[in-house]
Amino acid sequence: MIELQGVWRTYPVGEGVVHALRDVSLSITPGEHVALIGPSGSGKSTLLHILGCLDRPSQGRYCFEGRDVVALPEAERSLLRRTRIGFVFQFFHLLPRLTAQGNVELPMLFSGVPRKERKARAAQALASVGLLPRAAHRPDQLSGGERQRVAIARAVVMNPAVVLADEPTGNLDRASAQEVMGVLEAMNRQGLTLVVVTHDPLLAARARRVVHLADGRPSDAPGGEA
Amino acid sequence: MAFLDLLGFAVGALRGHRLRTALSVAGVAIGITAVLALTALGEGARRYIVDEFATLGSNLVIILPGKVETTGGVPFGGVTHDLTLEDHAALARLGRLRRAAPIAVATETLRFRDLGRSAPILGTTADYQEIRRLRLAVGTFLPSGDPERSGTEIVLGTKVAQELFRGENPLGQVVRVGPDRFRVVGVLAPRGLSMLGFDLDEAAFIPVRTAMRLFNRTSLFRIVAEVRIFAEMDQAKAEVLALLKDRHRAEDATVYTQDAMLASFSAILRVLTLSLAGIASVSLVVAGVGIMNVMLVSVTERRAEIGLLKALGAPAPRILLAFLAEAVILAALGGAAGLAAGAAGVGLLALAYPGFPVAIPLWSVGAAMALSFLVGVGFGVWPARRATQLDPIAALARR
Repeated sequence: MIELQGVWRTYPVGEGVVHALRDVSLSITPGEHVALIGPSGSGKSTLLHILGCLDRPSQGRYCFEGRDVVALPEAERSLLRRTRIGFVFQFFHLLPRLTAQGNVELPMLFSGVPRKERKARAAQALASVGLLPRAAHRPDQLSGGERQRVAIARAVVMNPAVVLADEPTGNLDRASAQEVMGVLEAMNRQGLTLVVVTHDPLLAARARRVVHLADGRPSDAPGGEA
Repeated sequence: MAFLDLLGFAVGALRGHRLRTALSVAGVAIGITAVLALTALGEGARRYIVDEFATLGSNLVIILPGKVETTGGVPFGGVTHDLTLEDHAALARLGRLRRAAPIAVATETLRFRDLGRSAPILGTTADYQEIRRLRLAVGTFLPSGDPERSGTEIVLGTKVAQELFRGENPLGQVVRVGPDRFRVVGVLAPRGLSMLGFDLDEAAFIPVRTAMRLFNRTSLFRIVAEVRIFAEMDQAKAEVLALLKDRHRAEDATVYTQDAMLASFSAILRVLTLSLAGIASVSLVVAGVGIMNVMLVSVTERRAEIGLLKALGAPAPRILLAFLAEAVILAALGGAAGLAAGAAGVGLLALAYPGFPVAIPLWSVGAAMALSFLVGVGFGVWPARRATQLDPIAALARR
């Protein structure tokens, strides 16, 4: 489903260039649970942004569901993000003025889903993360773990093919982290492709496949039973 | 994204910053209030002038014998037929004229006991009072009835009455004009110089048939008439001319109207009102810059939100619309508040100065609403474009 071939990402810094990604080739099949692990500055966030069509490779090919998306116009890429890709962030990025329900409805609001259907689908997504009773609460009335679960509900409400999670538990205590990972893994078991960026080896170990990144270069290693 | 959803999203964002929202709404409101108040003053001035004209009889039509244009070189014609009482009778039957009054005029000496005073004496009918909106201080005007009737009533202008009677009650007294004797039936209220340069305070009025005999004339000085509907002034004028042409077998009369002068005054004051509105619009521009500032702050502050919307795949045009909607809502709220404040202010002004007809013209209400909308769009586009151009990665990296 995801095919990276010889992807480079370079940033000009002063006179020289910084290579955030060097010749990354990666293939992810549907239903996989992949952890991208590496120290900070290793390029894992850059890789995630490229996978999520937020960033474009400086060089190389990226095929998403069989389509080369590098050269696609921005409108097409935002359509992909809207319909095929879900994001989960370290800092949740919930809108504080909206309720949990409102936050989950947000992607549908900008996709033109009718109000009635929005309500129903948001409620369904909230139920799938076990937060339906908290639907009317604002983010500041929720715990960290609950906020991240709302963010997960938001990520999956459009029925994406893949969820990209950037340090999803980086801001949570251990118990909440367990909860959040439990939710994500349950969805993965139902067929959702899951890519988790982390620097936490324990978290990475839960994935079936771990990709180590160091200085912009990946090295695949089997995960799960490690 | 349905329009209502977009509005709801924008309103939600604005509610997060109530004070800031209120202040920028106030800015637009002040601008709109200024536009409305100044145009109301200008319109008030215009109406004041127009009303003044109306008391003089803005529906007035004046019919003179003879053609005013130069008609040199025409070998035939050029014969001017006089206006007669028969012409008046025919004109009075025209449907578009409410009433018509014949006028014969001459300057004669009025005598009361041993006092004499030279005054223009108008021979006319009862209709003249209505046409020129004359008010009486005491008594009545000439009796209505057949213009052919030779009555001996006289109505005095206020100055004539004062000079001739020196404080005595003139009603019922007998005044002599040449060999004839007239009974005073009324005195006009003071009026001042008329627009036509004729001082009615100095004049006296007697029945037209009597005047023509007294002045030894068979023709009228002019006929004044009042048009039934102001808008039909031109048709009325044409009908009068056609009728007289038919009766005289020649185009030998001239018709004057006052509406031309009135129209030019009205136009001048309308331009003045427009320029006042223009001056007031400057404050709207200032308000627009205020909105732009608020929106820029909002875009900077909500970088993370915009980044998130982009990451969620919100199309750039919709993000633009959402932010534009906020600016337009600010401006529209300001417009509505300004409309209310302007209407209230003008209402108070009208209460304080009942004599001055201030009024908010309808066009300025429309213009104010359109302006506030334009201010919202015009000054909201740039901040909204900045929002769509934001790099989502950089925006999301910060908390």
